Amino acid sequence: MSKSSPVNKAWKSLAWLLVLVAGLVAVNGAGVMFGGGSWTPKLALDLEGGTQIVLAPQLESGQSVTAEQLVQAVSIIRQRVDAAGVSESEISTQGANNIVVSIPGQPDDATLARIQASAKLEFRPVLVTSAPSSATIGADGVSTPAPTADPSLSTIPAISPSNASDLNYITPALEAQFIAFDCATESTAATNVAPADLPLITCDNTNTAKFLLGPVEVSGSDISDATSSLVTTQTGASTGQWAVNIVFNDAGTSTFAGVTSRLFGMTGAQNQFAIVLDGKVISAPSTNAVITDGRPQITGGFTQDSAKVLADQLKYGALPIGFQVQSSDTISATLGSTQLANGILAGVIGLILVVVYSLLQYRMLGLVTVFSLAVAAVITYLLVTILSWREGYRLSLAGVAGLIVAIGITADSFIVYFERVRDELRDGRGLESAVEAGWKRALRTIIASDTVNFLAAVTLFILAIGNVRGFALTLGLTTIVDLIVVMLFTHPVMQILAQTKFFGGGNKWSGLDPTALGAVYRGRARFQAPAAAKGTKAAGSAKEASKRQTIAERKAETLTSEKDTQISAKGNR
Amino acid sequence: MASFSNFGNDLYTGARSVRIVGRQRLWYTISALLILISVVGPIMRGGFNFGIEFSGGSEFVVSNVASGANQAIATSTVETVVPSVVPKVSLLGGTSIRIQTAQLTDIQTRDIRNLLATNYNVPTEDVTASFIGATWGADITAQALRGLVVFLILAALVMTIYFRTWKMSVAALVALLHDLVITAGIYGISGFEVTPGAVIGLLTILGYSLYDTVVVFDKVRENTMGSGRDLSKTFGQQVNLAVNQTLVRSINTSVVAALPVASILFIGAVILGAGTLRDISLALLIGIIVGTYSTIFLATPLYAQLRSNEPAIRKYDKKVLANQAKAVESVSV
Repeated sequence: MSKSSPVNKAWKSLAWLLVLVAGLVAVNGAGVMFGGGSWTPKLALDLEGGTQIVLAPQLESGQSVTAEQLVQAVSIIRQRVDAAGVSESEISTQGANNIVVSIPGQPDDATLARIQASAKLEFRPVLVTSAPSSATIGADGVSTPAPTADPSLSTIPAISPSNASDLNYITPALEAQFIAFDCATESTAATNVAPADLPLITCDNTNTAKFLLGPVEVSGSDISDATSSLVTTQTGASTGQWAVNIVFNDAGTSTFAGVTSRLFGMTGAQNQFAIVLDGKVISAPSTNAVITDGRPQITGGFTQDSAKVLADQLKYGALPIGFQVQSSDTISATLGSTQLANGILAGVIGLILVVVYSLLQYRMLGLVTVFSLAVAAVITYLLVTILSWREGYRLSLAGVAGLIVAIGITADSFIVYFERVRDELRDGRGLESAVEAGWKRALRTIIASDTVNFLAAVTLFILAIGNVRGFALTLGLTTIVDLIVVMLFTHPVMQILAQTKFFGGGNKWSGLDPTALGAVYRGRARFQAPAAAKGTKAAGSAKEASKRQTIAERKAETLTSEKDTQISAKGNR
Repeated sequence: MASFSNFGNDLYTGARSVRIVGRQRLWYTISALLILISVVGPIMRGGFNFGIEFSGGSEFVVSNVASGANQAIATSTVETVVPSVVPKVSLLGGTSIRIQTAQLTDIQTRDIRNLLATNYNVPTEDVTASFIGATWGADITAQALRGLVVFLILAALVMTIYFRTWKMSVAALVALLHDLVITAGIYGISGFEVTPGAVIGLLTILGYSLYDTVVVFDKVRENTMGSGRDLSKTFGQQVNLAVNQTLVRSINTSVVAALPVASILFIGAVILGAGTLRDISLALLIGIIVGTYSTIFLATPLYAQLRSNEPAIRKYDKKVLANQAKAVESVSV
């Protein structure tokens, strides 16, 4: 073995490590300068303080959300939250069903309501409207609540309805239900979810009227834009009246043209169509014209604000599905920073303990562990920071715990390696070759065990939700960093140290003293007397003797003596 | 520490040897007892103490309260607003008070929040209100369990391919399940709340436990397969030497892994009170200790036992034993 070649390789590895770290620093530096990056990772809500709202889709039975629907919902909720002027909010999907909205600080009620109001938007023709209460005031002036609908009433239209405005939709059962319907209790009754092809009974958003609506004709996702503006005359002069302008997409345009041409010819309530958001009627304009260009304008009694609200609702309200809040978790900034400070404190204490233990166990070799851990920490920190800039990763308390746990798993690679080197020393190798031989065997073990760990991290990351994901990410990240550090730092450093007099000479304090390790190989071709020869005074079984022998001795024996009769089992297969 | 490295030397050469393989009955009995305790213990305590994430409910945290603040204020405040609710009050990190109740309506929540701020004399911003649907924790756990099953299948495949014997996978997985059951059991006995943090801790254990087993099994593989094996030893003796040779590493690794976790647990339990850090670290600490134990005393002997009935191994062992007996004779002559 050429003497300088491992050392050359070692310096090359260290150079690569330097390039890697410099590259990470450069990437992050560029991020800080040009791309809104930062030198510190972004923190999750549990460390920074803030509110996390988990939304779950409110589905009709048998329905399920697709990933695309969820993504669409996220982008719409994001627009809504942004429109509410909340900065640095974060909205993401979680698992197969949930949407997580994270807002710094504690949102005001209006913002909360806005997020929670996100729901599907649909256009339904109005069949009947009436006062919001279910009670009737008789001739005696006393209000009597209507009886609840008799379940035996027919729910199937006698004559099949020909279009969405057809009053044949109103079956006796539906009529009774409508009469019994009271806007005051509507929110608890949760009746405002109905299949798109069936009539819906609901109220407007101020509970001033109740509606019996036909099936959905145009859905909110057919809206491509909605704005609010002042109505102008044909000459361009402003009338001072606010209006909401809707722009439909192609499908919406043709359907809406059909709807308006039918409704235009009708009278009374049936001339109206209702815009239903989250099961509530947000607007029920009457049809004054047949709209064929897909650009209807709603006017009448709008203020600038109310017009904007309706336009926003229309634009952002095109959610494909309704959502309900599953959990809402607020953590104060104080508590978050206490948690972070104490988490870091715990990490520092843990690290010091590990350093002390390593030094006790491995003497100066322990310093290699300490520096390796330091390099691993730097790389991990840079990676986490870059991830938080590029991928929006946020460090949570669970993530911090993952990092602290990683100290143990990372240090284990060094321990496995050192123990293998020591084993080789015990077998009588010189330090240089012990490092090379120990490394070969240790690397196999490290790769195998890290593979299992990485597998755990990846599986959890893909399949788990919430905190578990953040944890899995740091676990996987540190496993990779572990491999990088042990290959590009720990091993090269060992190769170089093996050349020094302190370590190569097996100084007492180096942690690699062959004498202390009980090595049987002392210098070139000088073997210790076989252990078997001196230790067989009592029962002296061969089993015992062979146990006391080291591999080196056995190897030496096989090499040097054929006349060994004591251990006859050897090579006897 | 010199004695410890001597201990390592002796274990390596076999001068000193802990008889691990061959005392299966003892180890299995210990593990069975531990598992029994882990199953019976939590039941005796009245089942697991599930956190609000699993049971659902509302939670308030009052920050920046004067130290030594009266927790009874919280109880009476909640009872003033909603008499039917029995709140669970605990101290959080010295200057915060956490109040957990059954799920409240929005209006009740707002009232309690305002009243807590008044009664504890802190600004309203320092009182946070949260609510968690009952399915939330269950959702996390269900997903985590799915992850667990997929991981176990993948890990078993990887190990079978790497070690070229499915028996190692079986032994490793048995040890893993043993670890999970015992960790969950002792966690339950501790009376800490089962929170998503605890679930995370438990999931990490599965990674750690297998990791630890793979390290030791890799040495077993080296000692029993290919050129590295010592043909004067029976299969069981080879395995036993391997586990002894990695004993120092096992001890060092578990200490190094346990130290940071123990410091999180200490900080978490003493300074922070209830919370993610405490829950994760308790589950982890138990798991690391049990995981190291099970690799040495359950997975390895089990593996040796699983293989010992293979015809090839039996034949080989018989030959080796005969030779060893012959050697004894030749020495005594």
